Parts: sequence; structure tokens; C-alpha cells
Amino acid sequence: MSSTSSAIEVHGLLKSYPNHVAVAGIDLEVKSGEIFALLGPNGAGKTTTVEILEGYRSRDGGSISVLGVDPANTDVRAWRNRIGIVLQSTKDAADLTVEEVISHFAGYYSNPKDVDQVITAVGLIEKRKAKGEQLSGGQRRRLDVALGILGNPELLFLDEPTTGFDPEARRAFWDLIRQLKNDGTTILMTTHYLDEAEALADRLAVMINGKILEVSTPALLGGRARAKARVSWSENGKSNLELTDAPTDFVNQLSSRIGGEIQDLSVSRPNLEDIYLEMIGEKV
Amino acid sequence: MSQSKLPSTLKIGISRGFLEIKQFMRQRESVVFTLLFPVLLLLIFGSVFKDEIAPGVTFSQYFVAGMIASGLVNTGFQQLAITIPMERDDGTLKRLRGTPAPASSYFIGKIILVFVSMSIQVILLLIFGVLLYGITIPSDSAHWITFIWVMLLGLISSTLLGIAFSSVPKSGRGASAVVSPIVIILQFFSGVFFVFTQLPSWMQNFAAIFPLKWLTQGMRAVFLPDSFAAQEVAGSWELGKIALFLGIWSIAGFFLALKTFRWEK
Repeated sequence: MSSTSSAIEVHGLLKSYPNHVAVAGIDLEVKSGEIFALLGPNGAGKTTTVEILEGYRSRDGGSISVLGVDPANTDVRAWRNRIGIVLQSTKDAADLTVEEVISHFAGYYSNPKDVDQVITAVGLIEKRKAKGEQLSGGQRRRLDVALGILGNPELLFLDEPTTGFDPEARRAFWDLIRQLKNDGTTILMTTHYLDEAEALADRLAVMINGKILEVSTPALLGGRARAKARVSWSENGKSNLELTDAPTDFVNQLSSRIGGEIQDLSVSRPNLEDIYLEMIGEKV
Repeated sequence: MSQSKLPSTLKIGISRGFLEIKQFMRQRESVVFTLLFPVLLLLIFGSVFKDEIAPGVTFSQYFVAGMIASGLVNTGFQQLAITIPMERDDGTLKRLRGTPAPASSYFIGKIILVFVSMSIQVILLLIFGVLLYGITIPSDSAHWITFIWVMLLGLISSTLLGIAFSSVPKSGRGASAVVSPIVIILQFFSGVFFVFTQLPSWMQNFAAIFPLKWLTQGMRAVFLPDSFAAQEVAGSWELGKIALFLGIWSIAGFFLALKTFRWEK
């Protein structure tokens, strides 16, 4: 059942709660070494799916393999030593400093990263002596990430990792995640930010109502590559818009018709967010 | 990645113990209140009841024995049954569960915290008792051996039962309201605030089901003169029965803690 090329394999995963079906039989594969993003509106079943894969929740049906084993049926300690988890919002360890928390948790793993290196990597050097309760939302999140990567995980789960970050902190976080990928870490993330998925993910899945709508790459999701280009420009004080499959041709013709500089010219393809909203809009 | 061995359960547990103590010491209000609470009660009761309850036995002497016993229940059972639901709410337990640290390491950390907190309370109580109320402290090893095993069994049973009971409160916020009344009633029924033999017999019988009654009796065997044994319900200290009851509660607490412990709400 263990496979060298996939870190996570999911077949027909089912999970129901008393009043609703959270996960309605999904199939999913995350390849070793890739960053895989799980997208979807609130209540789509993302967190339930991820928590089953993390070994937090039981399932009602289907088979899963995470790093070659079934989390529900394994030597939990040895398996947990190989994964890292960054949960959604936490508020524990309020009385402890960044440094104290990180060096304490390092003692849980067989082969932890260097504490100073981790603090530096998540950008908390200046806050190393600050207590949990003194950290801003974004700094707290970085502490969560530090604890997630501390054990040198082969597989890292990130549940909405950059919620509450300012734009600069998000860029720095993205660099950190790319660095982890370069080091060979497989990453499964959920996010609400489409630009984040586009910047980081090798592949992504859109989940809605407990089902997976599509698995693709950011460039190809929802027929994005085949979508018409939008050419917009101004002429005689009026703005114009043209949707076309051949934007180069169109701009050439426009140029020779107008002669010289075309005012406010812009050629664009729908971004990931446009595509995503269109996809879930059809379903909701 | 994982050629090197995982740290042992005990090693992680001890490191959790130090962390728990550090966290506890940083909550200044609760440190003062928890550690000095028995002393505070001794000051109140010692000033109100000045009579001897038997020739040569002051109420304060009787009360110190009861306060050490109920300190075990406060620190072990009550504190844990309240703080564990709070740690379940704030994500401490969920985070821990996502790491290779086993639940037993978490329990070991709690036992260490209770042990240290309890030791400080006993020392403070005895210092104030001796200085202010002339409490006498046993001078022979036999009494201290009794003290040690009663303390240890009290610590273990009360900590494990606290962990087991921590699954009862639905949230950290409501925990105190569920747990505190139970402990206060048991203290009244078990002869902490009053001389046990003066309580109505139904109260005595009810209290005899739970560990606190046996803990107070054990501490009386340590701190009261041997002549007082004749005034106990059975006419003796019943050390064997004390060990048996506390032992049974410790074993029951162990299985209950394992069976009912919940990581999440």
C-alpha cells in the first residue's frame, strides 16, 4: 500500500455528522514533494478532510494512506514524528515565550531542527523573548508554523496559514514555504486566498459540499487556459472591451486602425479568483 | 529522517512537568491563592476555634492534618478538573495530540506540577502552624513513613481522578462551577472543618466512600498523638483500610482517566 510517489492517497473518503454529510466520498492524491492546495468555501469539508488525514478524526468509509500508513491504524508516535501540523487559530501557551515554546516542543521529536534556525526562518528573531499573549495575530501564526516545521516533517499540513497576515508577512511566509518545498517537504494546505494558491501550489483541488469539483493546476483550473482574453482600451473618451481567442491579432488590427498609441490598453486573462468564483458560483 | 530514536514518554513527561511549573508560576494571582490558601484557612479557623478537642490536642493541630489532606484534593482533583477543560478549549491539547508526545507524558507533567505545588503548600502550612499555633510535628520515622505513603497515594488518586473528571465539564468556563461544590461538600463531610466523629453518621458513611475521608484520617495518624486513635470511629487509625481505599481509588482513577480522557471538545 505504501507508494514512493505519493505522500497521501485517499479513496472514497466518507464522513458524516448527525445533521449533515461533511465529506461525501472523495478521491485525492498528493504526490511526494509537491505543494497541494485544497480550496473551497466555508463548510465545504476541507478542514474535516484535513483533520482525518492528520489523524484527529475518524472516518465513516473509504481508505486513506498518509506517508504509507493509515493514521487510524498505526504506531501513532512514529508516524506523528514524520508529519507537521499547523492548525487553525490557536491561543495556547500564552504565558511562555516564543523561544521557550519552540525549544520545549523540539524535545518531542527524534530529529528536530535547530531552534535558532526555526525562529529565524519564521521571522520571529526580534520576538523570541515575547510571550504568546504579547504576539500579534500574524506573529502567533508564525509561531504555529514554527512548531509545525520543527520536527523536520516529511509532510506538512497547513490549515489557512496566512489568515491575519499583512501583505509583507505573507510574502515572507510564501518564501518560507517555497524553501520547505525545495528541501523536499510535501505540503498540503487549505486557503481562502486564491493568490496564495496561485503563488504556491503545484496542484489544487476545489471542494464544495463535501465533494471534489476539480483537481488541476493553477494555470489550467476551470478551463482557465482556454478562457477568452479580455482586451480593453479607450477610444474617443469611451472605454471598450473585447473578449477574444486571438488577442495579438486583435491588438494588431486595433493598432493599425487607430494608428499610434492606444489609450488605456490592457490585455488580461481571467485570474484564478475569477475562475474559482465562477466555479463555486454555479454550485452554491 | 527518523533514524534517531524518539524521546521516551518519561523524558517528555518530565520536560512537560518543568514547563507546567513555569506556566503555573507565571500566573501570579493563582500562585498566591493556591499556595497560600491552606495557610489562610488555618489563620481563620485557628483564630475562631481555640479550644482543645481532646486533652493536649488543639483544634489547629486537628485542622492542619485535615488541610494537608484537602490540599491534595484541591491541588490534584479540583485544579486539574478545572484547568484541563481550559487547555482543551485553548488548543493546548489539540496541538499536543498532533505531535509525537503521548498522552501519558501529559499526565506525568500534571503529576509533577501537583507534586511540587503540594510540597510547597505542606511546607508553608507546617511553618505557619508551628510558628503561630504551636503545632507539633512528628519526630520519629514511623510517622513520617505513614506521611509519605499517604501523601503519595493521595497525590496519585487525586491527580488521576482529576484527569478523569476533566471530561465532565463541557467547557473551561463552566468547569469551576461543576467541580468546586463537589470538593467543598466533601471537605465538610470528611471532617476537614469539623471533628469527624461529631458529624451525623449518614454523613460519615457517605464520606467513607470517597478518598478525602481516608486521607484526613491518614494525616491525623501522622499529626495527632497516638492516644487520639481511640476517639476515631473504629477506635484506631485503620492504616490498612486507608491504604486499601486509596489504592482502589488510584487504580480506578487510572482506568477512568485512560477511558474518559478527551483531547477535544
